Amino acid sequence: MPSPSDVRFVKSHEWARREGGLVVVGISAYAVEQLNKEIVYVEPPQKGRTLKAGDVLGVVEAVKAASDIYAPVSGRVAESNEALAQNPSLVAEDPYGAGWIAKIEPSDPSEWENLLSPEDYDSFTASEEPH
Amino acid sequence: MTNPATRDIAPKSLPTIFECSVPGRKGHSLPPLPADADALVTEAIPKRFLRREPAALPEVGELDVVRHYTRLSSRTMCVDTNFYPLGSCTMKYNPKVNETVAGLEGFAGAHPEESEESLQGILKIYHDVSQALSRLTGLAGCSLQPAAGAHGEFTALLVAKAWFDDRGETGRCEVIIPDTAHGTNPASALRCGLRAVEIKSDARGRIDLGQLKSKLGPSTACVMITNPNTLGLFEDQMHEAAALIHEAGALVYLDGANFNAIVGRVRPADFGADLMHINVHKTFSIPHGGGGPGAGPICVRDFLAPYLPSPWVVFKDGRYMLERDCPKSIGKVRSFFGNVNNIVRTAAYLRQLGAGGLREVSGHAVLNANYLLSLLAGTYDVPYGIRCMHEFVINATRQKNLGVKAMDIAKKLLDYGFHPPTTYFPLIVPEALMIEPTETESKETLEAFAAAMLEIARLAETDAARVTAAPETTPVTRMDELAAARQPVLAWPKA
Repeated sequence: MPSPSDVRFVKSHEWARREGGLVVVGISAYAVEQLNKEIVYVEPPQKGRTLKAGDVLGVVEAVKAASDIYAPVSGRVAESNEALAQNPSLVAEDPYGAGWIAKIEPSDPSEWENLLSPEDYDSFTASEEPH
Repeated sequence: MTNPATRDIAPKSLPTIFECSVPGRKGHSLPPLPADADALVTEAIPKRFLRREPAALPEVGELDVVRHYTRLSSRTMCVDTNFYPLGSCTMKYNPKVNETVAGLEGFAGAHPEESEESLQGILKIYHDVSQALSRLTGLAGCSLQPAAGAHGEFTALLVAKAWFDDRGETGRCEVIIPDTAHGTNPASALRCGLRAVEIKSDARGRIDLGQLKSKLGPSTACVMITNPNTLGLFEDQMHEAAALIHEAGALVYLDGANFNAIVGRVRPADFGADLMHINVHKTFSIPHGGGGPGAGPICVRDFLAPYLPSPWVVFKDGRYMLERDCPKSIGKVRSFFGNVNNIVRTAAYLRQLGAGGLREVSGHAVLNANYLLSLLAGTYDVPYGIRCMHEFVINATRQKNLGVKAMDIAKKLLDYGFHPPTTYFPLIVPEALMIEPTETESKETLEAFAAAMLEIARLAETDAARVTAAPETTPVTRMDELAAARQPVLAWPKA
């Protein structure tokens, strides 16, 4: 299934969506699929933390493995998804919606242009899949 | 007719021991309590520590207990009942003679507070095993104190840190670790107050020297290398890597988890290792602890030896004694001498095999893995070629695209009477199945396992649902692992 058109991606499988002045961040449906959709725990970032693009933003833990989540853009964490503490499965059920992980107040809006378009991300994941 | 020898003697579903409870039933007879028992208890134990209501223990007879646990144990898949090719875990057979020796009264009945005079036998075993491990690794210093492999990693990193601190090199706070490493490596580094820095493997599944070079610097304390690595590949540029690491003033740490593939043939010191831990359950056949007592000896170069945990055993004036005057030692990492019984088992194994026997152990471990790999390679994708050391990794993406994941293949193997291999590790191989047959398995067992794997691959193509529903024949069938992780029931009675 093609990725939604209103988000952009990084190769470490996080997505970003502009919403007002903030950037909403989550992990892609492809990443969820790689984790067999069995997500047992999500550790979102502390509100107020300052991150650089590529820094570890949080952790997602599945039955299969635990993985770091990386910040796609630099900035301050304005909000983190508290619903995930009770219900981490939201990330698997609705990765681009209710399963968002954090909202970042970007410190360098120009970084947005470095992110992958949905088309580029989809061809990247297709090439990552071994044959 | 079912063969009585193979018939499952227990019903499909077993009650818990609590459900077997009948009020008032007992399996013991204790002498009657003295009349003043209550007073004696309150005198001896402060009131706040006393139980307010009786413990909810099951009330059962001795025979109930024996049958319950014997039935439970008959359902356990273990290396004594089934082929157990759990990659990286090295589920090798534990020779029973080890148990006989460890159970001898002189060893099993010894007390650590006895005098050195009455512990001469145990001290000699410690001295001899240390020397044997030093000979096998080429590293002069040895400590048998750490209680498990990961504890050995932690202890060895503390030794390295103490050495650097002693030299005034306090800025060395980073440990470089390849992305194929065991998860214990970064964890040990962190516990020592060091920072883990990851390097990616190259396309051949080995250390990328360019990456290594770019991360090495004045803040590097150690580089932790597993050789052979967790892809089952020998690090063929080990000398070059070690030279780069030493040039940067850092130490080469060898994760000895896969020492069983090279023991008796390669001395890690000869390829540049400065310090290492040894998982004696993998290389020297003690039982896997399952969280119980293990042993994780460490070996280090002579210049690091003064920093090893104290006390250590020395042989002086015709007797073995504990050297307690160790001014540079990092101190104790374990009470008394560590887990003595496992060192005794190690000694028994070493004495049974000798140097020549150990050479055969590693040779057969590698031969068995290569034979199994050759039987599976046409049907399953093997990303790093058709030659391996003691283990190899399958990429089951081809099967996943048919709707059968690595986890499904693993579960289906249970229906054929095989314990599944390791799944989803190492992390750099998608849909990984990591297979390690070990040296003690026969050609027939390897062929039977391969036949099951080929049958599962065929089912994936023709009848995927038979695989994704597995296991079907085990006492407990497919588990809901997500629910088990999210809503675990850990206590009885259920709330």
